[in-house]
This record gives sequence, structure tokens and C-alpha cells, in this order.
Amino acid sequence: MMADVATYVLTALGLVFFVAGTVGLLRFPDTFSRLHALTKADNLGLGFIALGVAFQADTWAQLAMLALIWALALLAAGTVAQLVARAALAQVQEGE
Amino acid sequence: MSLALDLALCALILGAALATVAGGAVFRAVIFFITYGLFLAIGWARLGAFDVALAEAAIGAGLTGVLLLAAHGRLRRMQAGDAPPPAGLNLPAALAGAGMALALGWAWFALPVPATPDIAQALPRSGVGNPVTAVLLNFRAWDTLLESIVLLAALLGVWMLARNDDWNAPLGPRYHALSGGVLVNFGRFLPPIGLCFGVYLVWAGADYIGGAFQGGTVLAAVGLVALMANVVRPPRVSYALLRVAVVVGPAVFLLAGLLAAGFGGAFLTLPPALAKPVILVIEAALTISIAVTLALLVIGPPDDAGRSS
Repeated sequence: MMADVATYVLTALGLVFFVAGTVGLLRFPDTFSRLHALTKADNLGLGFIALGVAFQADTWAQLAMLALIWALALLAAGTVAQLVARAALAQVQEGE
Repeated sequence: MSLALDLALCALILGAALATVAGGAVFRAVIFFITYGLFLAIGWARLGAFDVALAEAAIGAGLTGVLLLAAHGRLRRMQAGDAPPPAGLNLPAALAGAGMALALGWAWFALPVPATPDIAQALPRSGVGNPVTAVLLNFRAWDTLLESIVLLAALLGVWMLARNDDWNAPLGPRYHALSGGVLVNFGRFLPPIGLCFGVYLVWAGADYIGGAFQGGTVLAAVGLVALMANVVRPPRVSYALLRVAVVVGPAVFLLAGLLAAGFGGAFLTLPPALAKPVILVIEAALTISIAVTLALLVIGPPDDAGRSS
């Protein structure tokens, strides 16, 4: 029962971060601030959702897998954000 | 609750499909195609077809998406991607698509439901516990054998696009990566994890979810990440080990089929006693060929001009 409540609260919190990230992606003026909104908010959102789902896990292996998924998503998102930002920067400098 | 989820999923799949084909730029279409593939994979997972879901996510969305992105990049380098697509509806394509959808819909309702053989009964004779693997590598091995040969033919077709002077150049365009930068570190960190996961998928495929195609695609992605981060050098067409890797899958498969025929059975009918080890050997060889071939399809033919520019 307590576990279910924790799942509801944490996944809802995660969704709030996803919505905030999406709004930022749509509303922010340039690539860099959009990336900022996307990676920061989404990584936190995924973390909260993973944490919420973790309360439903039956075994330690499932917990480890959830943690691994979050860590890999963090790594990929961070790397891709850097690469996109660098490409955008090159484009801005070319335009000057 | 789950009905709402399924309806939302259907709407997302249809919406992404529509956004892919409905005009706009090439890049937009590619991005929506990848999104469509991911939604479709969730759809397959909802239907309980986890093997298909994995294949769709890895091959349909992931690898085909990268292939299309690479093609788009090549078009842009040749300044051919700038031309706006023709305005208005592409009537022949729309008619062909609608006709196909109608024919499939008609077939769904009009044709009798075929009497499916009971896989569960035949499963113990197949040598493996995963019914999908049993069908792919034993009961309908023909299809899988031909698929692996089609992949090989596709790679040869791509290689034929190389210019004569470039034939001995390293494969593909040159990828840029700052030494010591983020991409290089990513290219060093991810491959070991991907390698474990890919091999696990193939191994698990015998009894659980997974298989040569899903695992091979993950391994191909690992290779591509390492290549694009300049952690490993692109090979040349003349590299003997590369040629062996590309043909070992179909070759072992064919050999196993012929041996089965030679020992009194028919072509590709595995004797139940030996089925499990034979399937594992075929899957291992297939995985190598699938992984190498898929990665080489993405990086393309040897392209010396593309490297020096």
C-alpha cells in the first residue's frame, strides 16, 4: 500500500519534469537553452519515474536494471547534448 | 485504463506514420520514421510479442533510422538534399499505399484463419525453448537462411557504388571526433556494456527473448559507436578477416543444412538430438555476420573523396 503511494507520487513528479522539459523545448529561443531544458528536466523526470517504478520491483536484479537504465540514459543524453551543442556552436560561429 | 493506453498508442502510431509520409523535409520524415518505429515497438510489446518488439526497436527504428540519417547526410554533402520535395500529393504512391492497405484489410476479413500447427507440441524436438527461435532456426530455417544471404547481397550492392580508385581505401566517410573529447570517451565507455548486452541477447535467444538479429544489431551499434568516435579504425574491403566475418553466417548455415541432408535427413532438417548445439553454432556465426554486415551497410562504400574533403 505504502509502496503504491510512493510509486504514484514519484512517477507523477517525474511526469511534471517531463512536461516542464517539453514546454522548455517548445518555448525557449535558441538551441542551447532548449538543450538545457531537454536534458536537465528529462533526466530528472526519468530518475523520478525509475525511482517510482523501483517501489514495484520484486527482486534486487530488477532494481539494478532500473538503475542501469537510468545511468545509461543519463550518459547518452549528456553526450548527445554536448555533441548537438558543439554542432550548433560551429553553425553560429560560421554564420558570423 | 489499459484500453486508454492502447488507444493512445494507436493514435501515436498512426500520427507518427502520417507525419512521416505527409510532405515536409527529408530530415523531418526520417525523425518521424524513427519515432514511428519506437511507438510500433511499444505496440508489439503490448501485444506480448517481445521478440518482434526488440527487433523492431533495434532494426526497424534504430538501424534503419541511422541508415536513413546517413543517407540524408550524404545527400546534403552532395547538395542534393536542398531541393524541396514536389508540392502536392504523390498520387501514384498514395494510390499504391491505399490499395495495399485495402488488400490487406480484405485478406484479414475474407481469408479463413489458417490452422496453425501447435508449436508447443513440436517445441521439445526443436532443441530450444524459445518458440520464436525454434521457428526461425529450425522449423522455418529456409526464411532465415535466405534473409542472411539477402543481407550479404545488400552489402555487395553498397560496395559496388565505390569508385575504382577508392576500392582499397578504408570503408566509409571520415568521422570527426575531438581527441579526448566527449564522443571519444563515450566511444570507449559504451562498447564494453553494449558487447555484454549483445552477446547476452544472442545467448538468451535460445530459451528466452532475444536472438541473432536483435543481438547482432546491438553489436553492430557498438561497432558504429566505436567507429564514429574514432576509437577503432574503419577496415578495408581487402581485409581477409572482414570478408570471413561477412560470409561465415550464411556459410555455416548452408553447411549445417547440407550436412543434415547428407546424414539421411532432408536439407535444413536438424535431428532433434543435435538440434540445440547446431542451432547455437548457427546463431553464433549468424550473429557475427549480421553485426558486421549491418555496421558496414551504415558506414557505406570506401569513399576516399569523402574522407579528404
